[in-house]
Parts: sequence; C-alpha cells; structure tokens
Amino acid sequence: MRQEIITDAQLVSNYIKGEEKALSTLIYRHKQKIYSFIYSKVFDRDLAEDIFQDTFIKVIRTLKLGKYNEEGKFLPWVMRIAHNLVIDHFRKNNRMPKFDNSGEFSIFSVLGDTALNAEKQIIKDQVESDVRRLIEELPEDQKQVLVMRMYNDMSFKEISERTGVSINTALGRMRYALINLRKVVDKHNIVLTN
Amino acid sequence: MAKLYIKGSQDVDNQNPREETVKFLLNYSKALSVIDYKKMKFEALLN
Repeated sequence: MRQEIITDAQLVSNYIKGEEKALSTLIYRHKQKIYSFIYSKVFDRDLAEDIFQDTFIKVIRTLKLGKYNEEGKFLPWVMRIAHNLVIDHFRKNNRMPKFDNSGEFSIFSVLGDTALNAEKQIIKDQVESDVRRLIEELPEDQKQVLVMRMYNDMSFKEISERTGVSINTALGRMRYALINLRKVVDKHNIVLTN
Repeated sequence: MAKLYIKGSQDVDNQNPREETVKFLLNYSKALSVIDYKKMKFEALLN
C-alpha cells in the first residue's frame, strides 16, 4: 500500500482550518531538527526545552491568529523563530549575568572581558557590512542624511547647510531612513545582532 | 595501549524534546481559541 505523505503546507492549512491533529504531525515530524538545533546553541537540556516550547507557542499563536503567510516554507520559518529566541535568551543573559550559588567566589563573576573575541568581531563586521548594504538601498536623499549623521558624525545643522534643506527636512529624512531600514529588516527577517 | 579519542554517539535524549513538552503544546493549541470581533482578534485560553 502506498503511503501518502502530506506536505507541511497542507498540514499548516489543515491546522488553520481547525484540524488539531495536523499540528501534532508537524511537531512530531520536525521536533528533532528544531530541538537539536536549539540544544546545539544552548547546551542545556532544560533551557532547550523552554525555548522549544516558546517557539511552538509562537507558531501556534501566529497560525491561529491567521498571521502566517505562505511565502516561506514551514520548517525554515520555525527555525528562524527558534534562532531569534535563542538570541533573545543570550541577550537577556548578557544584560543580567547570573551568579551561581556554588559557594565559591569566582573573580569572573564580577570581572567581565569587554573586548570582543574573534567570533564576536567577525559577527560585528558582518552586521556592519549588512547595514551598509541596506543603507545602499535607501532613496538617495535619505541615504545622504543618514550617512552624514551616523558615519560622518555631522550635526543636523551642518547637514542642512551642506544639503541646502531645512533642519526639519533633514530630521524628517533621517526619520524616514530609519523607518525604511526597519521595514526592510522586518520584511526579510534579517537578524542584526551581536 | 592507544587511547581512543572518539566520543560515543550523542545522547539520543539530547536530540528530542520531552514527551511532556510536546503534550503541553498540543493541549495549549487545543485550549487556545481566537475570537473574531469586528475586524479584531482576541485570544482566549479555555482550559
């Protein structure tokens, strides 16, 4: 007997229509890939479990609220959510360093090495080059103001004198430049983080 | 005797989430209902 394999897209569509079993099939089909991806980043079983759970809570809510668009494939979409949650976790942990209660005093709990290591430096360079490429896509007038302000460190007064527009126009262009950058970043799910 | 520097295959446990987690998600999905009201969507958890 030939076994029909239902595609992810079909399962997602069935789930949105109310078939709960479709979700179960999707989770069982992809759980290993997603979980081991998370585990490979955090190396902690409980934490991986939490992030896996949060990932699917987000998936379930997005699907039920009808916010899922069929543009991409299901698995890469879920992986991206998981990836972003892992980043959120590390970001949160950097801001709030944990103190372990092992009783022993560790000098490293109060001293931090703020210099970037090789990996972080590479990521930083990559993020900066990505941002540069995104800026290149902006309309000329917005790009000009943004480059002068952020890279040349000019004041808005100087920018207005140089470009021959009022300060308010320069401020407006800067604002739209940032809005447009955010839009592109959101639309393409670009992760700009270190 | 020569030492073996090969690690055993990764623990299978580390590659799959616990069954309870999956069950929780399936129950969460069943309990979550979205109510449409005049172009607005409300979420309700009905346990």
